[in-house]
Amino acid sequence: MIDSPEKQVVTSQLGKLPKLDSVLRMSEVQAAEAGSSAYQNDDETMIINMGPSHPSTHGVLRLMLELKGEMVLRSKPIMGYLHTGMEKTGEELTYLQGATNVTRMDYASPLFNELAFSLAVEKLVGMEIPERATWIRMLMCELNRISSHLLFMATNGMDLGAVSMMIYGWREREQVLRFFQKVTGLRMNHNYIRPGGVAADLPPGWEEDVNSLMEMLPPRLEEYDTLMTNQPIWRERLQGVGFLSKEEALALSITGPLLRSAGVAWDLRSTMPYLAYDQVDFDVLVGSYGDCFDRYSIRLNEIRESMKIVKQIVEKMPEGDYRVQDKKITPPPRARIDESMEALIHHFKIFTEGYKVPAGEVYVAVESPRGELGCYIVSDGSSKPYRMHIRGPSFVNLQVLPHMLANSQIADAVAILSSVDPILGEVDR
Amino acid sequence: MSDSIPEVEDVEIEIHGSNSEVLFGCPVSYSMGQTVIHPSRSHWLQVATNLLNDGYNMCVDLTAVDYLSNDTRELPEGIVLERFEVVASFVSHERAERLRARVQISGSDPTIDSLYEIYPGTDFLEREVYDMFGITFEGHPDLSRILMPEEWQGHPLRKDFDVGAIPVQFKYPQGEKYD
Repeated sequence: MIDSPEKQVVTSQLGKLPKLDSVLRMSEVQAAEAGSSAYQNDDETMIINMGPSHPSTHGVLRLMLELKGEMVLRSKPIMGYLHTGMEKTGEELTYLQGATNVTRMDYASPLFNELAFSLAVEKLVGMEIPERATWIRMLMCELNRISSHLLFMATNGMDLGAVSMMIYGWREREQVLRFFQKVTGLRMNHNYIRPGGVAADLPPGWEEDVNSLMEMLPPRLEEYDTLMTNQPIWRERLQGVGFLSKEEALALSITGPLLRSAGVAWDLRSTMPYLAYDQVDFDVLVGSYGDCFDRYSIRLNEIRESMKIVKQIVEKMPEGDYRVQDKKITPPPRARIDESMEALIHHFKIFTEGYKVPAGEVYVAVESPRGELGCYIVSDGSSKPYRMHIRGPSFVNLQVLPHMLANSQIADAVAILSSVDPILGEVDR
Repeated sequence: MSDSIPEVEDVEIEIHGSNSEVLFGCPVSYSMGQTVIHPSRSHWLQVATNLLNDGYNMCVDLTAVDYLSNDTRELPEGIVLERFEVVASFVSHERAERLRARVQISGSDPTIDSLYEIYPGTDFLEREVYDMFGITFEGHPDLSRILMPEEWQGHPLRKDFDVGAIPVQFKYPQGEKYD
């Protein structure tokens, strides 16, 4: 029944993880016992906790570290402190409400969550969305990638002691969020990208706003170069720290800037294009050493690549409708409700009952600033998803931490954790 | 009884005959243009090994679905529908291809082999499925709860696990009762 492969037979990828023993396979109870008896046994290792409320854990991540002096031997990330059962909640919400739920997962790049969810629903319904909606989605997502990477610049700087960077990063990010507020009404958790298109058209004068953002950013990025990239202390802290090999990254299902830093040119935008990414020109950035500095510089330069895309989108933005004109999915315009009883009923039905989605299952993935963000939806033909699963890139990427932390200094642990850039809302969901 | 045995064998031949498509020794279906294979639980490790050798170098996602109250599944002939399904997505970087595998797992014996040896990246994902669905992965080095507290009872994403709510204590006037 099973085909016998002709190629060289590989049965395990475990051999590709040289630091395999670095994962601390120990429950909290065992760790507590081991920690209390450490000195009695004259064992020189010690198990300590970092987090869950440590300023550099980017949320409520807790790391159990086994230390020998200043050296980290084994470690284990412990999460779940932010778990609110969003996948279970997703089963109770209609497809129309679903986007409000998923947008709260990766709160630093909410539009990508909405995009993955919307693309999955659209694929199940089998609907084609207007061209303008696709390009608006691309514009907003690239701006969101910029704001998310700016947040990384800020927190990465703060974690390593460049506290002024924190202020600069947040300052630039705020400018992008101000544009989001103008378009979607909210700074975060937009519920802007919905199945069928986007919630509203771009406001008049959006080109000027985007262009002024694009003019504002390059000199600021050069300031970052002066402040960090070219600074000897910054390089000392990052270069050669947290090494990740290509084989390790692939075996551990790592995606996003982490995978690219290890030298794998894998970016879903260019390798498996969605939306209209095949119509814009940009480069996939690849690192050569797989250390923290590569991950930093990849993210910094991805801001520049995203700006390149945004400029092309502003030029190519097509005219037309911003959402699909399918009465089953799109609510009537607000003005029609005041004059038409049918429109009112229509509006009421869509928002109370939702729309039915044909039975089936689908997996859709997009490239979020942290890696492959997947959405797996199973529909049973009703107006609510039977199962809604989000493959959070941060969640999977955290598996790499014990391997990168092994045999590093505890001071470098902060730099390594920061370079993974996890968002705990997405890890715990 | 003796008459029924050849009939069963006939069915076996039909499944793997030329009528139904076979990939990696498993029946194939297509869902919204995406390729889905349906390995049996006993062949799961072997199929995953073959996938790895065929160039599917990453298992990007692994999750499960509880089909307790969903009878709309349309699977290739010969697949016995069970309560749980483990769903894994593989990607081949060389060919830029995706492949999804759906494995049927019975509700009475929710166990399956762990992919940890072949795809170590499924470590957290399998722990999450264990936590949320109570499906045991044999061979996983550290199968423990990952999102819920260690002492939690039950598996929240099962369909017979109610959406959590704290009951509100109402006070009624004496003698009156509302339904």
